[in-house]
Amino acid sequence: MNKGNGLEGETIMAKTIIEKIWDQHIVYEEQGKPDLLYIDLHLIHEVTSPQAFEGLRLANRKVRRPDLCFATMDHNVPTKNLPVINDPIAKKQIMTLEKNCEEFGIQLADMSHPDQGIVHIIGPELGLTQPGKTIVCGDSHTSTHGAFGAIAFGIGTSEVEHVLSTQTLWQNKPKTMEIRVTGKIGFGVTAKDIILAIISKFGIGVGTGHIVEYTGEAIRGLSMEERMTICNMSIEAGAKAGLIGPDETTIEYLRGRRYAPQGQEFEEAAERWLALNTDEGAQFDQVLEINAEEIEPFVTWGTNPSMGSGISAKIPTTADYTSETEKSGLRSALEYMGLEEGQPLTSIDIQHVFIGSCTNARLSDLQAAADVVNGKKVHPSVTAIVVPGSRTVKKQAEDIGLDQIFIDAGFEWRESGCSMCLAMNDDVVPAGERCASTSNRNFEGRQGAGARTHLVSPSMAAAAAIAGHFVDVRKISAAVHN
Amino acid sequence: MEPINKIVSVLTPLDKNNVDTDQIISKEFLKRIERTGFGEFLFYHWRFNADGSKNEDFVLNDPRFDGSTILVAHDNFGCGSSREHAPWAILDYGFRVVIAPSFADIFHNNCFKNGILPIKLTVAEVDEFLAKGKNAPYQLTVNLEEQTVSGEDGTVYSFDIDPYYKKMLLNGWDEISLTFQYEDQIAAYEKQRA
Repeated sequence: MNKGNGLEGETIMAKTIIEKIWDQHIVYEEQGKPDLLYIDLHLIHEVTSPQAFEGLRLANRKVRRPDLCFATMDHNVPTKNLPVINDPIAKKQIMTLEKNCEEFGIQLADMSHPDQGIVHIIGPELGLTQPGKTIVCGDSHTSTHGAFGAIAFGIGTSEVEHVLSTQTLWQNKPKTMEIRVTGKIGFGVTAKDIILAIISKFGIGVGTGHIVEYTGEAIRGLSMEERMTICNMSIEAGAKAGLIGPDETTIEYLRGRRYAPQGQEFEEAAERWLALNTDEGAQFDQVLEINAEEIEPFVTWGTNPSMGSGISAKIPTTADYTSETEKSGLRSALEYMGLEEGQPLTSIDIQHVFIGSCTNARLSDLQAAADVVNGKKVHPSVTAIVVPGSRTVKKQAEDIGLDQIFIDAGFEWRESGCSMCLAMNDDVVPAGERCASTSNRNFEGRQGAGARTHLVSPSMAAAAAIAGHFVDVRKISAAVHN
Repeated sequence: MEPINKIVSVLTPLDKNNVDTDQIISKEFLKRIERTGFGEFLFYHWRFNADGSKNEDFVLNDPRFDGSTILVAHDNFGCGSSREHAPWAILDYGFRVVIAPSFADIFHNNCFKNGILPIKLTVAEVDEFLAKGKNAPYQLTVNLEEQTVSGEDGTVYSFDIDPYYKKMLLNGWDEISLTFQYEDQIAAYEKQRA
C-alpha cells in the first residue's frame, strides 16, 4: 500500500518536455489568470508587424528587448527580377519594416542581405532556434521551430505588439498531446507524408488547445530538416505548437551555428537541452498513435489539409461519411477542386508545380526533388518553379549544382521567399488551374483566386512535374535505382 | 478597445465548418499597414463573383441580415493563418460576436484583443440557432456578464468564458497597460535568467 503511494508520488513528479519548458518561462502566475510567459525569441516579418509597431508609436512605447528580436522579409518579396517590386502596396509594407527595424533597433535580414529567407527557415539556419526556448512570430507556421524541442507558436499582431513592449505574453497553459509514430517509414515516404497522414487520420481540429510532442521510432529516425516539416504542419492539425524532444541529431545540427552557444558553453547547453526530454512516466492529456509502415506518399484532393489520401487511393465518396456537414463539406470541396467522387488520384492532371515554402524548401527537400527530375523534362503542359527557402539554401543548392538540374529539366529557379505558398507576390496560380505544391495549405484561393492546390512532398511534386499528373514516386525512384 | 456586454441582433447564419482565415480575409488584402478598413474585404471571394458582381447566394449579401452583429458558424472557426486581419475584418464589417462549437486557438485569442466575443456553444445548440436563423431573421440577445445567449422564442443557453478575458472585454482594457503593472516581476525574471 505504502509502496504504491510512493510510486504514485513519483508519477506525479514526472513532467513532459512541454511542461518543463512552460514552467521555466512563467514570470507570474495567479489563480484565475493565464500565466505570464517570458518569450526568448521573437521573429518578425513584414505582413503581421506594421500595425504592432504603429501601436508602439501611438502609445509612445519602446521595444523592451530588441536583442531578442530578429526580422526578415519573406511574405511579399518578389522571387524574380530583384530588387524591383512592382506592387506599390507590397513595397510600402517592406519599406515600413525597414523603417521600423531601424527606429526600434531590431536586427533585420532585408531583401539584399545574404541571410534573408523565410523566417522559419532562417531561424534554425542561423542557430537562433534552440531547444528549451519559447519562440513566437506573427505567423502560424512558427510551430516549425518546435523541431528543436522548443515551444514555438504563432501569434496575432496585438500579441506581436505585446511581446515587443513587454517580452511576455499572457497564455493559458495548453493541454499536452503525444502523437506517437511507430515503426519505420517505407521507401519513398517522407516527413511530409507522415504529417499529412496524421492530419488526415485525426482531423484538422484534433490539436486545438494542445501542444503536441511527436514521438516514436519513425520520428527519431528523421533529420532536423524532416522534423521541421513535421512540426511546421502542427497548426494544420489545429495544435498550438508541436515539438520533438532534442537528441544527438538536434545537437549536431546546432553545433557551430552562428547564434548558437560556442565552445564549452555549447557543451553545457547541450546537456541542459537533453535534460528537457519528457520524463519516463509523464502523463499526456491525450495520446494518439499511427503506424508509419502504413503510410504511403500522400496527395490532398480537397480544400483543407485533412482532405488527402495515399497515392494508390481514390477520392472518397459521400457514402464514406455519416454526418450531413461532412457530406456537404466533401461535395463543396470537390466542386471547388473540379474533381469527382471516387476518382483515382493518379488520374488528376496538373498545370503547375511549386517546390518551396517553410514546409519544404530546405536543402534536403530540393535535393529530393532534384533526384527525381535529374535528366528528365518537365511535362509540356506544366509550369514548374523552385523557390529556395532562403538565400543560404539557394547558395548551398547552387554550390552542388541542383539549380542546373532543375533548369535543365525546365523548372524556373527563383529567389527565396514565401512565394506561391500564399501568393501574396506575383507567383499566383490562375483560376481553375491545378498546382502540385510542397506547401502547407490547400484552402480555397490560397494560391490565387479559384486556384486548386494539391499538397505533396517535394519528390511527389517533382514526379508530377515530369508526368503531368500525380504518380507514385516510388515507382519512378525504383526505376532509377534499378 | 470598445467594451462589450449586451448585444442584441439578428444572427447571420454561416452554415459552414472549418472556416479558415484565408476565407475570412484573403491574402491580397493583407498588405495594408493599418488596422482598419478590412471590412469591405471580409469573405471577399464568397461575397463576390470572379467578375466583381455580388454572389447573391452568399449569406452576407442577403439584405435580411443587414446590420447583424452576431455571426454563427460550425466547428473550428478561424483555423489556419494567424493573420489578425481576420478579426479586424469581422469587426470592421460590424460583427461583435461569433458563435461556434469550437474555434482555432490563434483566432480565438485574437478576438479578445479586439473586442470581439467568441462564444462556444454545443454542436446541438449551434445547429438549433442556425436552423432557426437560416430561413428567417432570428434575434439573439448575448449577455456577457451573465454568460448567456437567448433566442427570441425564449431559448436560453449559457456559455463558459475565461474569467480573465471576460473582464478584459467587459472593461475594454488594453492588455499591454495591464502587463506594465508586472514590470518588477519581468525584470526579476530577466535578472535571474541572465
